Amino acid sequence: MSQFPDGKLEHEQPRWRQDFPIDWTQDQYVSRRDLLKFLVVVSCGFSIGQLWIGWQSTGRRSSELPRKSLGKVTDLDVGGSLLFTYPDDKERCLLVRISETEHVAFSQKCTHLACAVVPEPQHDRFHCPCHSGYFDIKSGHPIAGPPRRPLPQVELEVVGEEIYAVGMKVTQA
Amino acid sequence: MSVPSEMHFYMDPNRCIGCQACVQACSECDTHKGKSMIHLEYVNRRESVQTVPVICMHCDSPTCAEVCPADAIKRTEDGVVQTARKERCIACNNCVLACPFGVPKMETDLKLMMKCDMCYDRTSEGKKPMCASVCPSQALFFGTAEEIERIRPRSRPVNEFRFGRQTVSTKVFMMVPRESGESTLRVTRSLERGRGVNTDLLLDNLFQEDDE
Repeated sequence: MSQFPDGKLEHEQPRWRQDFPIDWTQDQYVSRRDLLKFLVVVSCGFSIGQLWIGWQSTGRRSSELPRKSLGKVTDLDVGGSLLFTYPDDKERCLLVRISETEHVAFSQKCTHLACAVVPEPQHDRFHCPCHSGYFDIKSGHPIAGPPRRPLPQVELEVVGEEIYAVGMKVTQA
Repeated sequence: MSVPSEMHFYMDPNRCIGCQACVQACSECDTHKGKSMIHLEYVNRRESVQTVPVICMHCDSPTCAEVCPADAIKRTEDGVVQTARKERCIACNNCVLACPFGVPKMETDLKLMMKCDMCYDRTSEGKKPMCASVCPSQALFFGTAEEIERIRPRSRPVNEFRFGRQTVSTKVFMMVPRESGESTLRVTRSLERGRGVNTDLLLDNLFQEDDE
């Protein structure tokens, strides 16, 4: 039903005019080809995204993590904690001395919605204040609240008096 | 529902008495937030009190929709050019500047272009538009071709307008004297000189001398 300013027929109009029709019915019309195109592009996008995420996580796990000194064993009292970043400057982690001989370190990021967890060594747990999530202080496993996955653990190595972070251990739920 | 194909809108500026009833009736409608979509213009205020109601003419090739960069102005299948779709309109004013009849209005507080949609909520149900239902002199008339033929024997409807080189045909008819032979109303004739259109319209009109 459209009349065009140049007086030509619809199929002679430039592409943009066909893509943005003035008539309501043509504007609402979705052709089968357009729908299929949309479905294929979106599902391909999702698949490529999944592959990319998978490739990234395998790549990161296999790469060698740096060795970082966290200070001396005696720097912390029993029950004390230290905030540090590992493996890069953005990922915050917590080192906690839970007994005379034992140190543990975990990522500070809650596995629920990435709030910062707070160590509570007197109760043997980490507490996430956002949604009252709790993690076991020794293993990092979730014990209460919404989190379902354990906190990523920082592997430690004690050489003499010096304490080092040497790797990350991500365990699945 | 759509506007019945036998019903047409006829506008007869000769019969307008400037009573503003159409403006008041239009602003009573809830679908455009109490704002009047019709405007009553003086033809030449210094010379005469003659007014003319300005309603959307619902062009067959709507210039407002042609220039809309946001694809917001759409026409339904009965040929009614609807007001801008709120979720698309970017309040750019292109349609306001482009419309040869000067119909669209920019509501800056709503950031939305609003224009006459021939009371689509009413006409699609077979009722008359608000303005046509109140006009005491029937300068605005909504009805069939037979009706207008019967009540206006000395006039005939025209729906082709010429603006410079652009010819616009519309859904709304304008009544002209029956004896005039013109099938196209040349709106800008007085501005045209010699061959083609004088492009310097603004300057020419600014420095126009009084004839008398």
